[in-house]
Amino acid sequence: MPENNDKLVIAGREFDSRLMVGTGKYADFPQMVAAIEASGAQIITVAVRRVNISDRNKESLLDHIDLKKYTLLPNTAGCYTADDAIRTCRLAREAGLSDFVKLEVLGDERTLFPNNEELLKAAAVLIQEGFTVLPYTSDDPIVCRRLEDLGCAAVMPLGAPIGSGLGIRNPYNLRIILDTVKVPVIVDAGVGTASDAAIAMELGCHGVLMNTGIAGAQDPVAMALAMNLAVRAGRLAFRAGRIPMKLHANASSPLAGLIA
Amino acid sequence: MNITINGDAASIEPLSVQDYLIQLGIDPRRVAVELNREILPKGAYPGTALKEGDSLEIVHFVGGG
Repeated sequence: MPENNDKLVIAGREFDSRLMVGTGKYADFPQMVAAIEASGAQIITVAVRRVNISDRNKESLLDHIDLKKYTLLPNTAGCYTADDAIRTCRLAREAGLSDFVKLEVLGDERTLFPNNEELLKAAAVLIQEGFTVLPYTSDDPIVCRRLEDLGCAAVMPLGAPIGSGLGIRNPYNLRIILDTVKVPVIVDAGVGTASDAAIAMELGCHGVLMNTGIAGAQDPVAMALAMNLAVRAGRLAFRAGRIPMKLHANASSPLAGLIA
Repeated sequence: MNITINGDAASIEPLSVQDYLIQLGIDPRRVAVELNREILPKGAYPGTALKEGDSLEIVHFVGGG
């Protein structure tokens, strides 16, 4: 099978699935579990938040996730400074006993675009402390190169603003990023539907990370399967090598032997 | 004695971090704890006594993207 042995390798760890999914915004835990299952994802993102001390009856996310099956990728969502992001990562490592982190340092509540200055600062500290850092970043090839130089295990440029569903707004920047760095390029944020994920993969991106695109769909479990198929289809198409685009037609049937 | 837990003031009897978590109904394996802004390793919960004025942060994983 053409998909065999096409592993995504991050910091020496191999994954069969190139789709990473979030755990937020689902109606309930059973729906989340079914969607993750349908997505085929092996890496799933989680957020780090204070335990509610006064109301201890709420179920815990980890009661629903098979930690033997999935690699948790804790995020620093909601952090606006390097210090807060670093602190969150240290807590995440202690809670999860893994050093994988999705580092995001936001610049603005309206756009949720990254603050790249703080992002670079946090990445440098965390890499020193032995974390495997996967940074959510602008689709800026220069920033991506700096993140790679610092030792990030991948770069995760946005396709469009978080939760916007606008798709891959700047495929040319993604191509330049793919041409600039050697670490895996994972499109993180902005994917709205299956074709968006396929486009990212057809460009040669190594993976796609999404949450709202699945959890916010009318039928999240069906959309999770659609994304699973789209990421695999896009990857296969990329590896298969598409035909060049031509302005004019090129007949598929032979011209010789026509009856007239 | 008085401590701060997740940003709120609390008045408690002297006890260890481990015992405090259990008293709150929290599974110590499922959380991470910061004591006065320093990570407290899980192995240190039983041997760490809370003191007057301590500030605790207790976090866990929730759904997110």
